[in-house]
Amino acid sequence: MNHNGNTIIEVRDLDFFYGDFQALSNIAMEIERNRVTALIGPSGCGKSTFLRLLNRMNELIPGTRVKGQVLFDGVDLYAPGVDPVEVRRRVGMVFQKPNPFPKTIYNNVAYGPRLHGKKERAELDGVVERSLKASALWDEVKDILHQSALGLSGGQQQRLCIARAIAMSPEVLLMDEPTSALDPIATSRIEELIKQLKEDYTVIIVTHNMQQAARVSDETAFFYLGRLVEMGPTEGLFTRPQKEQTEDYITGRFG
Amino acid sequence: MLKLFQAQAVAKEPLGELVRADGQPQAQKRRTSSERDKIVRRIFVAAGLFSLVIMGLIVLFLFKEGVGLFATVSVSDFLFGQFWYPTYDPADFGILPLILGSVAVTVVSSAIAVPLGVGTALYLGEVAGHRTREILKPVVELLAGLPSVVLGFVGMVVLAPLLQEWWDIPTGLNIFNASLMLALMAIPTIASISEDALHAVPQELVDASLALGATRLETLSRVVVPGALSGIGTAVILGMSRAMGETMVVLMVAGGAAQIPGSIFDSVRPLPATIAAEMGETPFGSEHYHALFAIGIVLFLLTLGFNLVAAWVSNRFHQKGAATL
Repeated sequence: MNHNGNTIIEVRDLDFFYGDFQALSNIAMEIERNRVTALIGPSGCGKSTFLRLLNRMNELIPGTRVKGQVLFDGVDLYAPGVDPVEVRRRVGMVFQKPNPFPKTIYNNVAYGPRLHGKKERAELDGVVERSLKASALWDEVKDILHQSALGLSGGQQQRLCIARAIAMSPEVLLMDEPTSALDPIATSRIEELIKQLKEDYTVIIVTHNMQQAARVSDETAFFYLGRLVEMGPTEGLFTRPQKEQTEDYITGRFG
Repeated sequence: MLKLFQAQAVAKEPLGELVRADGQPQAQKRRTSSERDKIVRRIFVAAGLFSLVIMGLIVLFLFKEGVGLFATVSVSDFLFGQFWYPTYDPADFGILPLILGSVAVTVVSSAIAVPLGVGTALYLGEVAGHRTREILKPVVELLAGLPSVVLGFVGMVVLAPLLQEWWDIPTGLNIFNASLMLALMAIPTIASISEDALHAVPQELVDASLALGATRLETLSRVVVPGALSGIGTAVILGMSRAMGETMVVLMVAGGAAQIPGSIFDSVRPLPATIAAEMGETPFGSEHYHALFAIGIVLFLLTLGFNLVAAWVSNRFHQKGAATL
């Protein structure tokens, strides 16, 4: 891992508990700005849990507990006095299953900016257009902006969810297996999009699909049984893994 | 005869399958299970038709007994007549005071029950913790099972004297008292159905909203409540229709005066209370007897209207739920 001062998120000694069950132990990680970081590992290894810690979504589940620090631009997200709502405005999230609101396409994208207090029509129009263009959906929906988002295909819905997250101008975009519910064509469109998005955002993506991690990410972190086993540049990790567990997993011996 | 035909049909078709070569044992198996499906379907159709036929017969009977009145009294005199003196000579069969009595208790009780019922649902669904909800919701639903005669008794014996004393009014048996008791009956219905509707809003949508930096309150007002609106609307209308059709409470605490009300402390005689109070003393087949059935028709049409509106609301504002692939 190189320390060129371009770190946006630094995780230190992070432990996480669901009640008595310790889901994550002693995680330390640095994530760099404007890069795509993939989190891989078998089911139940804690990668999605880790992702949700980065925008404080886990605390919505009762009985959970966090120890350690998540420094975002040097500020601990879990320090007292930090507002989780503010955190989520700066760290956007895209979920596994496309989950557009049952509203129009326009209102889906405008949802976040409206919460920010943006009310003027012209301003909102601009945000909606920019976000939909950035998520490569604009050409398909520009004539049906005021129709229900539920009429879109699964892949379009997921790109709409990306547009909705982008409309908040977050610094980091978390993606939790964003293509697992999509067909191969929709998946490849989203992967293309992820590569473009890193120009403006830092992307952290959880994926079950190792080829996907290899295709889209710059850095890859391998989780196993609640621990971070290995992290490094994607190409290096896939061609010359340092740990045996990593090698076993990426060569398909388990998982 | 019919059985014979079926047996022939069954015997014939597997042959057809045989000719079609491979995969026929499977096809044969599917035939027998589809036979069974047919029998089960017929049983369900019969069960469904049975209740429908009974309903139809009841409605038919209601109309048959009710329309007899209109040989002597015109429909408009009946609906808009201001005097209900069924035992005078000559008798007056104007049910406007009764309709207005029903409308008054329904409107006032809704004004009380809707905010409280929806508020209860919001508390149960969004504010109370999981444990509290698991205990409180059955309790609220249990309230719906309270016999209305018990509520009527409370209104009559406890509330009426208190009202009379506090506001120095001639009687505590009035619109306000009846509306309070009806509201108590409607609140559990409204709260329970509304809460189900709030609960049915998919968690993914709540997560999506929170992940966009919405507060809990913003999520509630922009995603959860709009998503549950059709259910809440249905709940409100069903609650109102319950208040409209309820008999015992209004019979006991509305005061029973067939007059057009001028204030919420006036006594009234709603439609169902009129039927219940007078049917026992009416000679069979008399004009008065037919008039009571005609009131039944009016009541039936009113509650039917409420239910149709409820169905329309629940269709009109029905959302498709979570994203479908």
